[in-house]
Amino acid sequence: MGTIILNKVRKVFGDVVIIPGADLEIREGEFIVFVGPSGCGKSTLLRLIAGLEDTTSGTISIDGKDMTDAAPGERGLAMVFQSYALYPHMSVRDNIAFPLKMARMPQDKIDAAVKSAAGKLNLTDYLDRKPRQLSGGQRQRVAIGRAIVREPSAFLFDEPLSNLDAALRVNMRVEILQMHQSMKATMVYVTHDQVEAMTMADRIVVLNRGNIEQVGSPLELYNKPNSLFVAGFIGSPKMNLIEDNSLGIRPEHIAVDAKKGEWQGTVKLSEHLGSDTFLHVDAGKRGNMTVRATGESGFGPGDKIFMTPEAGRLHHFNKEGRAVRS
Amino acid sequence: MARQDATRKKIAVTILAWALGIAMFFPIFWTAVAAFKTESDAYTLPQNWLSTPWTLENFSIVQERSDYVRYIINTLVIAGLSTILGLAFAVPAAWSMAFAPVQKSTNTRSGRAWLGMILGTAFVMGLLIYLLFGWDLTGNWIFGFIALIIVIVPVGWWVFTRNTTDTLLWMLSTKMMPPAGALIPIYLIFNRNGLVFKDWGWIDLTDWNLMDSFWGMVPLMMLLNLPIIIWMLYTYFKEIPMEILEAARVDGASVWNELWRILLPMGIPGIVSTCLLNLILAWNEAFWTLNLTNKYAAPLSFFISEYSSPEGQFWAKLSAASIMAIAPIMVVGWFSQRQLVRGLTFGAVK
Repeated sequence: MGTIILNKVRKVFGDVVIIPGADLEIREGEFIVFVGPSGCGKSTLLRLIAGLEDTTSGTISIDGKDMTDAAPGERGLAMVFQSYALYPHMSVRDNIAFPLKMARMPQDKIDAAVKSAAGKLNLTDYLDRKPRQLSGGQRQRVAIGRAIVREPSAFLFDEPLSNLDAALRVNMRVEILQMHQSMKATMVYVTHDQVEAMTMADRIVVLNRGNIEQVGSPLELYNKPNSLFVAGFIGSPKMNLIEDNSLGIRPEHIAVDAKKGEWQGTVKLSEHLGSDTFLHVDAGKRGNMTVRATGESGFGPGDKIFMTPEAGRLHHFNKEGRAVRS
Repeated sequence: MARQDATRKKIAVTILAWALGIAMFFPIFWTAVAAFKTESDAYTLPQNWLSTPWTLENFSIVQERSDYVRYIINTLVIAGLSTILGLAFAVPAAWSMAFAPVQKSTNTRSGRAWLGMILGTAFVMGLLIYLLFGWDLTGNWIFGFIALIIVIVPVGWWVFTRNTTDTLLWMLSTKMMPPAGALIPIYLIFNRNGLVFKDWGWIDLTDWNLMDSFWGMVPLMMLLNLPIIIWMLYTYFKEIPMEILEAARVDGASVWNELWRILLPMGIPGIVSTCLLNLILAWNEAFWTLNLTNKYAAPLSFFISEYSSPEGQFWAKLSAASIMAIAPIMVVGWFSQRQLVRGLTFGAVK
């Protein structure tokens, strides 16, 4: 239960090609994250899977069945929207029960399912409230509750945490991950936040202008980016791309020394985070670089420093922006 | 200083608003006063506004001469049924335009190109008919039908291959035409059922007259106000977040459930004020009712016109009839004015 296979899926709006052709296999029980800058087509791809948009060409199969032209409700998927999309005129109970009512489940089974979902999400005390009487986090929970009661073959999340404040976001992130572990369900999660992508995903799909740039586990993408785009997108602060974008090195893979090293530069700015210090360095003809020094670094603006890249951590790229591995 | 200016502005606006309100209300006030005067007092100019003997005889005469209850029932039937029928068409129409479940067309032809195509088709067909038949269309319903198709097919094609805004404007544009322009064809359809529908289909409509019947008036009134209902509902539905309807679709709701359980409950305020407006428009409609009804389906506007007779104007009785005709809808309007104003300004076309 829960495999989704996209085969040459293409989406065109008028004259604008949103997704030129996507091939992807989402495995059973996998937590997969679509990530990319805004306008890269990640939400469109999710909506194509959900059936909220029609594919221009290509096929989508879910659990081995061709679902390309099936209505959203027939696909057995559940979706959590960015705006929660709760039904404002219904109580929390009715919101959660809605998909079951649509499936014509008997009332006693609906009641039991709603009760158990509400229990899992700490919503038991709020069942008779209307969505407008709830906080953002509670609304998010109701939206998730509405998704889990159906026991869908896969969950689709469309930037579900972007309307929450930072502290709540971390909590909900953990809750969604725990939910994934206990339910073992396939989850497809869209975000523009690469930290969310790195921390949550089994595999990440990086999208750029509708093209799938790379698919892989978070560490694969971090260690072996296929292209300049992935290299620049994954990791924070960004990878340093120097020597006309032919060479990349992450800030955390450079050792800093006051006396000797391979590259020389002048500190322009230092950012202290407590655990780390980020030095913004002018490295002459190599360009500007960011370097991480662990702990509290004594270097300040104007200081001359020497930098040594860690062995095996250099990334080489050709003129087309593809990675070159020796 | 700023506060003083604001106060002054407020006073000025208030005075202006009252002046405008009084100016607009004055004729109704005059009518109301005249209804309670004797015929001669009502006719006197300058008016003795309040210093005349009051009487209720106008109302009793009006009641004697015409069957008020029948007119009010007819009005309620026409206005009420046309509103309900209109909603049945307008809700799905506005829904499909606001939440376009069909994807946008890839057609990129400009409006001018389309206009050229439509006019060109009509011209070429006209030329063919002229050359082949000498433009003799009289008495031949096939030609009427062909002429209709020539107009409807290209216009319909244009409307349905272009976007929602075009469709909406096209519908609204039917309200821009002077109704008198459509009177003759509609009159003929009502009176003879002959023009297009003769011998058409399995019901023989030849003797089935639409004139002066609810069967004609209710659909006509519905069609008259349909563009406005659709337009109003469309602007309302636009305010409802698309994601909520999409959530319902993912949750497995059928189109019916999506409309009935999600869209309607969420759109209730808009639907109520649309209904009110439509009720008022249908209640006040006079052009078509005066032309197409006579007795059996005649509503209140016909009732008023009865007192504007060729024997001379009976001001007091005309006023009494007018007051009887407009009183119910004024009361409804008064109590629902908050809804109405909200309905007319909310989500105004952006």
